[in-house]
Amino acid sequence: MAAVQETIDRVKGIDVDQYRYGFETVIESEKAPKGLSEDTIRFISAKKNEPAWMLEWRLEAYRRWLTMTEPTWARVGYPKIDYQDLYYYAAPKPKKKVASLDEIDPEILKTYEKLGIPLREVELLEGVERPAAAAETDADGEAAAPRSKIAVDAVFDSVSVATTFKEELKKAGVIFMPISEALREHPDLVQKYLGTVVPTTDNYFATLNSAVFSDGSFVYVPSGVRCPMELSTYFRINERNTGQFERTLIIADKGAYVSYLEGCTAPQRDENQLHAAVVELVALDDAEIKYSTVQNWYPGNSEGVGGIYNFVTKRGDCRGANSKISWTQVETGSAITWKYPSCILRGDNSSGEFYSIAISNGFQQVDSGTKMIHLGKNTSSRIISKGIAAGKSQNTYRGLVSAHRKASGARNFTACDSLLIGDKCGAHTVPYIEAKNSSAVFEHEATTSKISEDVLFYCIQRGLSQEEAVGLVVNGFVKDVLQQLPMEFAVEAQKLISISLEGSVG
Amino acid sequence: MTALLEIKGLHAEIAGGRKIIQGLDLTVNKGEIHAIMGPNGAGKSTLSYVLAGKPGYEITAGEVYLNGEDLLAMEANERAAKGVFLAFQYPLEIPGVATLTFLRAAFNAQRKARGEEELSSPDLIKRVREIAKTLNIDAEMLKRPLNVGFSGGEKKRNETLQMALLQPSLCVLDETDSGLDIDALKVVANGVNALRSGERGMIVITHYQRLLDYIVPDIVHVFAAGRIVRTGGADLARELEATGYGQYQSEAA
Ligand SMILES: Nc1ncnc2c1ncn2[C@@H]1O[C@H](COP(=O)(O)OP(=O)(O)O)[C@@H](O)[C@H]1O
Ligand SMILES: [Mg+2]
Repeated sequence: MAAVQETIDRVKGIDVDQYRYGFETVIESEKAPKGLSEDTIRFISAKKNEPAWMLEWRLEAYRRWLTMTEPTWARVGYPKIDYQDLYYYAAPKPKKKVASLDEIDPEILKTYEKLGIPLREVELLEGVERPAAAAETDADGEAAAPRSKIAVDAVFDSVSVATTFKEELKKAGVIFMPISEALREHPDLVQKYLGTVVPTTDNYFATLNSAVFSDGSFVYVPSGVRCPMELSTYFRINERNTGQFERTLIIADKGAYVSYLEGCTAPQRDENQLHAAVVELVALDDAEIKYSTVQNWYPGNSEGVGGIYNFVTKRGDCRGANSKISWTQVETGSAITWKYPSCILRGDNSSGEFYSIAISNGFQQVDSGTKMIHLGKNTSSRIISKGIAAGKSQNTYRGLVSAHRKASGARNFTACDSLLIGDKCGAHTVPYIEAKNSSAVFEHEATTSKISEDVLFYCIQRGLSQEEAVGLVVNGFVKDVLQQLPMEFAVEAQKLISISLEGSVG
Repeated sequence: MTALLEIKGLHAEIAGGRKIIQGLDLTVNKGEIHAIMGPNGAGKSTLSYVLAGKPGYEITAGEVYLNGEDLLAMEANERAAKGVFLAFQYPLEIPGVATLTFLRAAFNAQRKARGEEELSSPDLIKRVREIAKTLNIDAEMLKRPLNVGFSGGEKKRNETLQMALLQPSLCVLDETDSGLDIDALKVVANGVNALRSGERGMIVITHYQRLLDYIVPDIVHVFAAGRIVRTGGADLARELEATGYGQYQSEAA
């Protein structure tokens, strides 16, 4: 989005950031011509060898998008985006399909290595030691859990570059592959579910995504199968002036279970980059999906220059009876976050959960929360949100809990806690509650506190630096949510939280 | 021989201009325990905060040396790494942070600051458990979030545990007896006495003489209106118990 000329003009080449993932991978890439038109969409669809219906679907979304206006209701501000001054497709060359990791460009492998994302299955199988993780459990006096396997799909700019453990998953009947591949190999499954949770008409950014999405992950867990390992996708924006529009679709058939993790980083650049993803989850009868995100897109520098615009639509449909969808998010990155992972509690006795840690520092703006839409009978939902605002950032929790007329016995518990570090930041809580059924029981608790100078001094008197003290106190504040993450990601997240708050005090 | 702690002509005020410490001189040698006794509001806690480097106080005059080094020039965490430990009158609570996690963070932060290697978690846990046993602290308490929901006695035992783990060279105990029943007081005093050593100095701040029956000081100072107005031996504490602080308050005024 080079078009944001104002922003570029303010660039002063300041390099004071704490961001550890800001390096760029120098690699040749193939791009669609700049700008957005039906031709761009045809280009993307052709690149992916998509079935004809998919192209039609995209074009329909695009035509719809042309009639829509960008939403302005969130508590975020940014200069106007010029959608014509943006690349909608970038793929690392060569685009020859690779059969094994050895054929992947070593530069890309190196990138993931630097990011700490293991793409080599052997390393995972042998259990790469992570001492910090072990230490953490020991300290709490509990036995260290055996390290579990994680299958990784790595998306580099617009395409998936590697998916690990495909064979082992296949044996279990689990489909885990780039969505572009699923469109070719399992078109019926994709067609059956794509756009059924987030329709192409849903909102400005979701509609744009429907038109131009280039890759993302597809997961199908068949009836009665408990996915034998954690699945994870790692998103990386590398290319300049490129939007990333990934699309993820996860289906847990009757009685199935899957835990899925998503991580994201981007190079440090002084222009803003757009990331408009769509994630759709479908849980049928008795199925459970656990979706965790550790979002660490580049947040911009300490002057507020650059950073990712993270405008994402995530929604889960508890379509079947007794189904369960749980969202856990750790949001530390992005210049602007606009994101409301939601649950539609359609099946009777279904339940939805939203656990969130949203940290903003510098000039970051976060407007995030969830929607719990109770439609079925005896549905329940739980929302635990921890917002931490530091620097000159603004951090808003926005959440909707609604019970339909027929949703008898709907229950919700919401707890929103905000912690302020310093006095130039802001925390806001905007709850919307609609109960059209008189039997609904909705509880809402909210607190806002400032980090206590006395507590910080107590830690510092024991030898911690100011920043270590803040990190410790904040990690305590978010503990309830961290516990929801798979163990090794909890350790990563804990470190990330401390890093993202560096320079927030003193 | 350099003194462990040397305070010369110290004047300190609270941000806003209120003068609290007004001309304090005090020398603590290695191996000595000094008691500082004084009426409420005399500035005893303020003195402990100034030594520990708490923000919000302005030093308007005077010097403080720890082993000959300029203490006032150091950041608070640097002072901790150099061996200054303050047992707080009101220890603070940190929700969500297990006591053991806190102990490990503190211990390793100090080691790192001194250029020493961090202690591995199992070794640290072993060490903590050994000390905890002597203070009647069970393993369950080490898992609880630091000081959250702790009784007065548990908090003070926890402060003593931290002190024993960190092995400071200068211990400043602020009203360690407050909020303790006699049994808890004995446990804490035993813990403190176990730390008496020829290498370590202590300043025991208290309003009441009671604590000094269990932690017997070498030297007792009467602190009133921001300075030391009288110095004596352990028997001075008992005399004060009988006479009260009345005479010193008028003397200082
Ligand atoms: N942060 C503060 N702001 C204003 N006054 C304070 C503050 N801290 C202490 N004081 C005042 O300074 C004086 C000394 O307090 P303190 O050092 O706590 O005394 P002591 O510990 O001897 O009872 C008291 O009059 C107290 O009210
Ligand atoms: Mg006091």
